[in-house]
Amino acid sequence: MEFRRHTLKNGLELVAECDAEAYSSALGFFVRSGSRDETEEVAGVSHFLEHMAFKGTPSRSADDVNREFDELGAHYNAFTNEEATVFYAAVIPECQDRAVDLLGDILRPSLREEDFDTEKQVILEEIRMYDDQPPFGADEKVKALHYGPHPLGRSVLGTAESITALRVEQMRSYFQSRYSPGNIVVAAAGALDFDALVRALERCCGPWEPFAAERIVTRPKFHDGYEVMRKESATQQYALQLAPAPAAEDEDRFAAKLVATILGDDSGSRLYWELIDPGLAEQAAVSHYEYEGAGAFMTYMSCEPEQAGENLERIRALFTRAEAGGFTAAELEQAKNKIRSRIVLSAERPRGRMFVVGSDWVHRREYRSVDDDLKTVAAIKLDDLHAVLAKYPVTRSTTVTIGPLAELPAGK
Amino acid sequence: MSQTILSHTFANGLVLVAQPMSSLQSAAFTFLVPAGCVYDPAAAGGLSSFACEMALRGAGERDSRQFVLDLDNLGVERSEAVFDSHTSYSGATLAENLPAALAVYADVLQRPHLPAEQLEAARLVMFQELRAVDDEPSQKAMIELRRRYYPKPWGRPSQGDEEALAAIDDEAIRDFVDRHYRPNGTILGVAGRVDWEQLKDCVERALGGWQPRPEQPIVAISAPVKYEHIDYSSNQTQVGIAYPTVPYRHPQYFTAWGAVGVLSGGMSARLFTEVRERRGLCYSVYASYHSLRELAGVFCYAGTSAERAQETLDVTVGELLRLAEGVESHEVVRLKARIKSSLIMQQESSSSRSSSLARDWYHLGYARTLEEVGRQIDALTSEGISAYLVENPPRDFTIVTLGPAELEVPVGVS
Repeated sequence: MEFRRHTLKNGLELVAECDAEAYSSALGFFVRSGSRDETEEVAGVSHFLEHMAFKGTPSRSADDVNREFDELGAHYNAFTNEEATVFYAAVIPECQDRAVDLLGDILRPSLREEDFDTEKQVILEEIRMYDDQPPFGADEKVKALHYGPHPLGRSVLGTAESITALRVEQMRSYFQSRYSPGNIVVAAAGALDFDALVRALERCCGPWEPFAAERIVTRPKFHDGYEVMRKESATQQYALQLAPAPAAEDEDRFAAKLVATILGDDSGSRLYWELIDPGLAEQAAVSHYEYEGAGAFMTYMSCEPEQAGENLERIRALFTRAEAGGFTAAELEQAKNKIRSRIVLSAERPRGRMFVVGSDWVHRREYRSVDDDLKTVAAIKLDDLHAVLAKYPVTRSTTVTIGPLAELPAGK
Repeated sequence: MSQTILSHTFANGLVLVAQPMSSLQSAAFTFLVPAGCVYDPAAAGGLSSFACEMALRGAGERDSRQFVLDLDNLGVERSEAVFDSHTSYSGATLAENLPAALAVYADVLQRPHLPAEQLEAARLVMFQELRAVDDEPSQKAMIELRRRYYPKPWGRPSQGDEEALAAIDDEAIRDFVDRHYRPNGTILGVAGRVDWEQLKDCVERALGGWQPRPEQPIVAISAPVKYEHIDYSSNQTQVGIAYPTVPYRHPQYFTAWGAVGVLSGGMSARLFTEVRERRGLCYSVYASYHSLRELAGVFCYAGTSAERAQETLDVTVGELLRLAEGVESHEVVRLKARIKSSLIMQQESSSSRSSSLARDWYHLGYARTLEEVGRQIDALTSEGISAYLVENPPRDFTIVTLGPAELEVPVGVS
């Protein structure tokens, strides 16, 4: 396992974890472009742009792009979140250079109006699809309430209205503000020919002109709040809570992950025994999300509507107990064992490592090996977890619930 | 990619099939227990799932808390699922923890407590799962399609129904586990960093004393449905289409599978290209191959807004019918590239190998190596697939729609 890196003259960075023993190669282009970079007028443009990248370039039609990815036998896709759009492919090693050429090329898409209009229909269908799947709507609402006017409160998908109103010129100008080579990190992992990778990148992305693509990061102010959204067609009631937590650049983010595991992992956690094992909720979980300049504990619960009020109270009481009484050494050990196993299992696929290497670099310009992560987790003490809970109380949260209920009292 | 698959049948009928994968640090296991939902009595749909939920609530020396705690401390990423023919218990962990994890599951299979005092909690869990499906229209549509496509009891939803779940008692669960949790018919697939002899000894110690039980026959009753609409309040209409194909063990399986791969798979496949890329009709559209031991089906899905649902159904069915005209060689070239790289990447995952090994054994009585699958894929040609499609064109469709309004089945669909 060897870490190597290279920076193109135009600012595009390559970071790679080379593993000669691997069977495949994974490549990901991480563009610092997400909903936090948007304005109200273009809500959803980052995600729409991700779709448009597959619709053709000056040298490839949309059919060519899809066909060539399939010819490589690639496992490929793309996703967009609050702060990044990631295009990735896993291929057999001999296809490495062709995969770089293709992924690089689609990051300079033509953005043709006709394709834009057709793809707009696909995006609208995607929004309608999610709209039929509760708790859709509540996830965006809870972010909006929690972050207030801060850009992290923005919707990733946008709304049917914002997408319908979006014009291709707006997308082109958004592209010109985000897809600068200096705003892109290429992460690679697995069986790599690093020198060939550098050559392929230089060939494909070297000619790209750099331009300004700033992101001003401020730490958000948090707002607590409570809102009930009614969706009569839903069968279950859903609740989402956000509470502040360590950010991507904070040292205590590992401790925060252990806190989330003890409180709300999907097996053997406090919430599991409180709500899942007795059949009071279908799902109840706490996860830790990290962004640039902010982090969040996200609590998710779904259950039959009549049970929702009591469950919210139980969650509140369980969090209050944890804040007052802390955790036990046995709980910490159990959480560490789970996390250790997950780190090792997910690292077995180059794809899994590529995402970790890429997001570590995008967030902190830092390379961490699997062993680094394992050692950090092993060294965490109970006091570290208690310090996280003291600094970021999980009870200081914003809650949105959605489902058939017209009203639902907040948990006390 | 050189690999060895080893297998052993124990005196009580239990089959162990394993592939050592020395490049990994993990090991994974999949138990297929012949206790699938086809064995649910007609009036007790969901019994197999209920039994599975109860079996995880304590076994051997462990109560339900100790059970979860021990598996967590062993770092086992576990999952359970109830399929038509089997209940599956699977997990993956660091290789050194495999023997201890298998010992825990040996208790689940042979000595589950099925604690009466937890019956009501487990029943609530079952209800929650049933209700959750109601909020996932695409999943619901495909469950209803499967139910109508296969002759009963095949294709029944493993979640059961509310009325039946409400009536299931302690005795029914015990009786189900007594009859169906048996070593003869159980297949244990293991893949990852393992030593075969040690593994075999470990399984012998843990499961060698498990007592066989009689096999349970299944009588299937066919009542084909052509089209059914289910009213559902939603923006989108879910379209599900199924048609017959050959099962996994059939000599022409790979050819038939290749035809479905031309239809759906990569983004250049026909359904994605014609329904989504050219017409923007939907976000999600696919066809997938599903095989029981004797029966199989191709299941197609598209979800689209209600006013464009008729066009989506027409275009999708049009693509299925067009398949009978044959496939192009460039389509088969891409299909092969995709499958071959999947085969290579399967070697990076102990979990996916362990479940493939167990599934292969059930269908074939042995497990195919990835090399053998690779040879079968190499042998595919556009001529071969086209000839198969002339003899076996997609037809005899079963169609289910779920949404605000009924659709019209296109002309020319038998």
